[in-house]
Amino acid sequence: MNNRLKNNLFKYWAIACTLFGIIMLGVFLVNIFVDGFGRLDWVFIKYLPSRKAENAGIYTAVMGTLWILGLTAIIAIPVGVAAGIYLEEYGKKSRFANILEINITNLAGIPSIIYGILGLEVFVRTAGLGSSLISGALTLSLLILPVIIVATREAIKAVPKTIREASYALGASKWQTISEQILPAAGGGIVTGVILALSRAVGETAPLIVVGALTYVPFVPQTPMDQYSVLPMQIFNWISRPEKEFAVNAAAAIIVLLIITFVMNGTAIFLRNRWQKKVKW
Amino acid sequence: MRRKEKIIEFLLALAGAITVLTTIGILWVLLYESVLFFKEVSIVEFFTDTQWTPLFADKHFGILPLISGTILTSLIAIIVALPIGLSIAVYLNEYAHPKVRRTVKPVLEILAAIPTVVYGFFALTVVTPYLQTIIPGLAGFNALSPGIVMGIMIIPLISSLSEDALYAVPKSLREASYGLGATPFQTSFQVLIPAASSGIIVSVILAISRAFGETMIVAVAAGLEPRLTLDPTVPIATITTYIVQVSMGDVAQGSLEFKTIFSAGMMLFVFTFILNTISARVKKKFYHKYE
Repeated sequence: MNNRLKNNLFKYWAIACTLFGIIMLGVFLVNIFVDGFGRLDWVFIKYLPSRKAENAGIYTAVMGTLWILGLTAIIAIPVGVAAGIYLEEYGKKSRFANILEINITNLAGIPSIIYGILGLEVFVRTAGLGSSLISGALTLSLLILPVIIVATREAIKAVPKTIREASYALGASKWQTISEQILPAAGGGIVTGVILALSRAVGETAPLIVVGALTYVPFVPQTPMDQYSVLPMQIFNWISRPEKEFAVNAAAAIIVLLIITFVMNGTAIFLRNRWQKKVKW
Repeated sequence: MRRKEKIIEFLLALAGAITVLTTIGILWVLLYESVLFFKEVSIVEFFTDTQWTPLFADKHFGILPLISGTILTSLIAIIVALPIGLSIAVYLNEYAHPKVRRTVKPVLEILAAIPTVVYGFFALTVVTPYLQTIIPGLAGFNALSPGIVMGIMIIPLISSLSEDALYAVPKSLREASYGLGATPFQTSFQVLIPAASSGIIVSVILAISRAFGETMIVAVAAGLEPRLTLDPTVPIATITTYIVQVSMGDVAQGSLEFKTIFSAGMMLFVFTFILNTISARVKKKFYHKYE
């Protein structure tokens, strides 16, 4: 076989591979849309869960997801951004920073279900928080912390040295330089990273199962100490049932979950592009 | 002023310390509960018994069936994802127009943003019924379908990281190859891939580690039946799905059945930790290669 032929054959194979990825994504989305769209209406979103498929809605699961999202944001954003600032601005060469860095790389590779086990032992049992929203949010916060830290560091790294030096030259202290110059300049990157991290938290199921999120919650949580369900849990529950009607419900709920995920990802990408255009060093 | 600066630095360091506490917490929890577990179950039985039935009346505590299930589904995923992901990486890096590259990469990355429980639904309601028309003896729950779907999910992981590695190969190598009259195919496979091999290896190791820890796809479509087999057509369970199964059930906290999730979790942690450490080592070497 001559070289040109080999080259062309590989090219077609590689194009086929690329198309395979894109087509699977398409098949996947179309299939879920066809299955679930007919079931999706305002009533489905406003109804409480039910043992009967045709009466079941996702209201409590959506509210649980919003609660988890809000609490996780409140806990994870300050801690993650602060740790990112420390690593990038303060701890440059210290031994502690070195340990932190290796540690964060390791944490990012630990399966999410292990974080669930940690949350179960520490938050649910030892701290006595039970299977509450706050236990779930704390667990997911630890899970997404490495993502926020890495994004914060990358964003700060992208701020040119000159800005920092100009600020120091004017007599600003280290913290003044960080809070008045670096953080505003790095804001776009940080916000993008935070939104992507939170969108990951919204789709997580496994760690929440371990810390005791419920599959059937007939009430909307009122305080962070309440029990809860989230959309992915509701979907998992419906998929596990043998009746065909519940599969339709699952598809409809998946559409809602995908919309939330895609809107978050889209916002993140939009903000990143806008920021890149606005800020030209 | 000085004092305020010090306090701020301390608070920021404290936030960093939380990540260290997380690691210590994970190690402590897994070790502590595993030690309690191994007081009641012999470690020899754990590693040699071929049955895992802690939830049945006749209890066996052999982790091997869960390990075989985990390895089987991950292996299927890698067999799907590696050739496709690497081909995509080579195509985008060496063949595709920059415009195509800029569009295709983010589209493929959407695959990685979809929640895994959604992939589980896809495996169970689309892929399994389709496979059953091709493979007559295929059970409704099996390792093959979630394995394939997991493979589709990790394609972007392999293609993106491998493409970055190919892209990072110095231009001079590529130009030298073309200068000698090589085709893009020869350049890719005889120059670029060997030069980027450590980056590609890292992407594959990370993909395997990701597959080991993947939970929901397998929990939905593989059947939750621990079985020591490498037959992809029958129901199996993995370490992660077992943990899910116990968590969903009404096992009393503190009982021996409850402790099994920590010993199973310990195994999973050890496996992924080894893989992540290897990939970090390879990566370190790789970054020094062309400086």
